[in-house]
Amino acid sequence: MFKGPVENKNEAAMSELVPEPRQKPVVPMKPMGINASLLGYIGIDTIIEQMRKKTMKTGFDFNIMVVGQSGLGKSTLVNTLFKSQVSRKSSGWNREEKIPKTVEIKAIGHVIEEGGVKMKLTVIDTPGFGDQINNENCWEPIEKYINEQYEKFLKEEVNIARKKRIPDTRVHCCLYFISPTGHSLRPLDLEFMKHLSKVVNIIPVIAKADTMTLEEKTEFKQRVRKELEVNGIEFYPQKEFDEDLEDKTENDKIRESMPFAVVGSDKEYQVNGKRVLGRKTPWGIIEVENLSHCEFALLRDFVIRTHLQDLKEVTHNIHYETYRAKRLNDNGGLPPMTVETEENHESNL
Amino acid sequence: MSLISKNVQMNDDLRNLSLSGHVGFDSLPDQLVNKSTSQGFCFNILCVGETGIGKSTLMDTLFNTKFESEPATHNEPGVRLKARSYELQESNVRLKLTIVDTVGFGDQINKDDSYKPIVEYIDAQFEAYLQEELKIKRSLFNYHDTRIHACLYFIAPTGHSLKSLDLVTMKKLDSKVNIIPIIAKADTIAKNELHKFKSKIMSELVSNGVQIYQFPTDEETVAEINATMSVHLPFAVVGSTEEVKIGNKMAKARQYPWGVVQVENENHCDFVKLREMLIRVNMEDLREQTHTRHYELYRRCKLEEMGFKDTDPDSKPFSLQETYEAKRNEFLGELQKKEDEMRQMFVMRVKEKEAELKEAEKDLHEKFDHLKRTHQEEKKKVEDKKKELEEELNNFQKKKAAAQLLQSQAQQAGSQQTKKDKDKKNSIRVLLCWCLESCLQLWTSCLQKDIVELEEGTNGKWDGAAAARALQVLMALGANLLSQQIVTTRPEE
Repeated sequence: MFKGPVENKNEAAMSELVPEPRQKPVVPMKPMGINASLLGYIGIDTIIEQMRKKTMKTGFDFNIMVVGQSGLGKSTLVNTLFKSQVSRKSSGWNREEKIPKTVEIKAIGHVIEEGGVKMKLTVIDTPGFGDQINNENCWEPIEKYINEQYEKFLKEEVNIARKKRIPDTRVHCCLYFISPTGHSLRPLDLEFMKHLSKVVNIIPVIAKADTMTLEEKTEFKQRVRKELEVNGIEFYPQKEFDEDLEDKTENDKIRESMPFAVVGSDKEYQVNGKRVLGRKTPWGIIEVENLSHCEFALLRDFVIRTHLQDLKEVTHNIHYETYRAKRLNDNGGLPPMTVETEENHESNL
Repeated sequence: MSLISKNVQMNDDLRNLSLSGHVGFDSLPDQLVNKSTSQGFCFNILCVGETGIGKSTLMDTLFNTKFESEPATHNEPGVRLKARSYELQESNVRLKLTIVDTVGFGDQINKDDSYKPIVEYIDAQFEAYLQEELKIKRSLFNYHDTRIHACLYFIAPTGHSLKSLDLVTMKKLDSKVNIIPIIAKADTIAKNELHKFKSKIMSELVSNGVQIYQFPTDEETVAEINATMSVHLPFAVVGSTEEVKIGNKMAKARQYPWGVVQVENENHCDFVKLREMLIRVNMEDLREQTHTRHYELYRRCKLEEMGFKDTDPDSKPFSLQETYEAKRNEFLGELQKKEDEMRQMFVMRVKEKEAELKEAEKDLHEKFDHLKRTHQEEKKKVEDKKKELEEELNNFQKKKAAAQLLQSQAQQAGSQQTKKDKDKKNSIRVLLCWCLESCLQLWTSCLQKDIVELEEGTNGKWDGAAAARALQVLMALGANLLSQQIVTTRPEE
C-alpha cells in the first residue's frame, strides 16, 4: 500500500469536509427487554472483528456507470479514481473508434486489491450517449440495462435453491458528466437525471473543470444545484434517506459542495520535488489531487472512502426493493403462505 | 509502483489490476461494520436440557449478568419454550440477546413428544423470516432476527453415555440449528471418567449420524484455535455466579467442603473454551451458518412443499411466474367465492333487518295515531268543560251584575225600598204572630180537652200532654224566630 506524503497532507486537509470513516456513537434504540448490566468483560465486541474478517474474505462487488457525451473525460476520470487502467478505452479498445449510432452499454470487470481487501470493480461505459443529432430517449437503453440487472438479481433471489452469494451486477453508482458550459444544465441532462434518479444513485460531476475560473465554478455549481432542485431531481446522497441528525448534517455538507468539479489525469509530473498526477499546460500544471485546483479528491473520498458501502446499501435496500415491489405487483404478486398473509398481501396492494 | 497494469486474464471478464496509488477502498470493511454497529447485532441462543441441569446459571455466567428468572418446577405437563430478550452493550457494540429456555424438558413420564415444541419453535422463527422475505413491501434491513443461531444441548453428567432422549432430540434438531453439545455440572465427574465420557458421547453422535456444529477451519486466523478447541468437544462446563476469594482475587467458583471449583480455570472445566468458541471467535459464523445453511434448507423445503419447482434448464426465464400466477388465481377465486357468500349473507341480513324495522315503524305509527286521538278527545273534553265553566262564570257574573244592579236600585229607591222591606218584615212578623196565636189557641183547646177528659176519665188516643209539649216546642221555636227577625231587621232600621 503506497501512501506518499503528498496524499497524507491532502487527506488531512480533506478530513474536515469528508471525514474518514469513524465509529459512530451508539444511536439509542427502543429497549425490547430487560437491560442487563454487565459485571465483567464478555467479549461481545469481538463480533466486529469477526465480521470484518468475514467480509474481507468474501470480498466486495462494486459497479459504477459513467454517463456523458463523448470527449468529456469519463474514461480518464475513472482511471484516475481507481488509479489503474480500468476504463473501456484502456482495455484494448481503439481510441479512434467511430462514435456508435445508438447508445451502447459496455461493462468491463476488474479485480483490484488493497490492504487485504479484494474488490471486483465493474465499470459500465455508455458510448454514444448524447452524441447523435436526435437524442430523444437516449437514456432508454441505460434504464433498460439497469432494470435488467435488477431483474437478474430478483430471479436469483426468487430461486428455490439459491446460491450462497448472489452475484451482484446492479449498478451502485452512476456518475453523470455535465459539460462545463458555465451557463446551466442542458435539456438532455435534465431529462436523463429526471428519469434515472428514481432507479439509481446519480452523482453529477462537472467535467473538465480546468476550463473555468474559481468564480465561474462557484456560480455554475450554484446554478446547477438550483436547477436540479427546481426540477425535483434528487441526486445521491438523497435527502429522504438520511437516517439521523448526524447523517443529515454530514450529508448536507456534501450536498452543498456538489456537483464536484473535477479534472482527471493519469500522467505524473514533478511539482516541488514530488510526483503528482496532473495536466501540463503552458501556464502551469494542474494538480488533480490538489484541493485548490479541483475537487477530484473530494469526489474520490466521498465515493470510495466513506460512502461506498452506503451506495451499495441504498441500491440494495431502496432502489432494488422498489423495483422488486413494482415487478411483483405488476405480475400479480407472490402467493401467500397462509391465509393471514393473504390479508397482508391484499393490504399491501 | 508502475503505471503499467498487468493484463493477466483470470477469466473472460475479469482482469487483475494493480494499483498505482492509494485508492482508499480498504476502508470498506470499516464502512460495512460501522453500519452494522449502529443497527446493533442480534444473537439468539436456545438452551435445551432437563430441569435443574444448570441452564440459567450457565447463561448468567457466560454473559456476566443476572438474568433474573425464576427456576422452573418439575411438574410441567409438557415442554414449552420461554424466550427472553436482553440488550447488552460492550464498548460501542450493542447486542440484542435472546435466550430461549426449554421448560419442563425431560420431566414427563412419556417423553415421546418432548422434541416437538422445540422443533416447532425453530420452524416458526424461520417461517416469520420467510414471510417477511416474500412480502411485496418488505424491510429486511431492519428486521429483528429471531432465528436461533446456536443451540446449547445440555448433557446430564451420568458418566456412562447419552440418554436416548438426547439422541432423538439432537437428531431432530441437527438439520435446523447449530448444535453445540455441552456436559453440564461437570464438577460431578472425575477427570479420568470425563475423558472416557467425552469420547463415548462423540462416538455415539457419529454413529447415530448427528451433525453437530463444526467450528470453521477455512480461515487462517481462526483455523488453528478452532481446530484445537474441537478436540475438547463436548465442553464440560461448570456455571456459577457466586464469587469466592482465591489467592487475592475474587473469582467465580463453587465452594465445596473439599475444595473450590473455579469456573474460569481451564484445569477445572472447559467454561473458558466454551466462551471463546461461542462468543469471541465464532459468533458471526454461527449467524452466517444459520442464515445460509439452515434457513435456506427450510426455505427450499417449504417452497417445494407448496408446489414450486425451479426452472428447468431450457424453460422460459421466469417460469416461476406462471406457477405464481396459477396459485394466485386459485386463491383469488376462493376469495371471490367467500366474498360472494358474505355479500349474500349480508344482503339477507339487511332484508330481515329492514322488515323488522318496517314492522316497528308501523307499530309506532299506530301508537302515535292512537295517542293523537286520545289527546284530541281529552282536549275536546277539556274545552267543553272550559265552555261550561265559562258559561257558569258568565251567568254568575250576570247574576252578580243583576244583584248589584238591584242593590243600587234599592239604594236609589231609598226609603221606598226600606219601606217595602219594612212592609215585608212587618208582614213576616204578622205571620209569625198569627202562627203563635194559632198555636196558643190550639194549646188552650188541648188543655181544655185534657181537663174535659180528666173530668170524664177517658184515656183516649189523644195524648194531650205530648201534644201540649209539642205545641210548647213549636211556640218556643216561633218566639225564637220572631225575636231573630226582630234582631236582624233592627240593624237595617
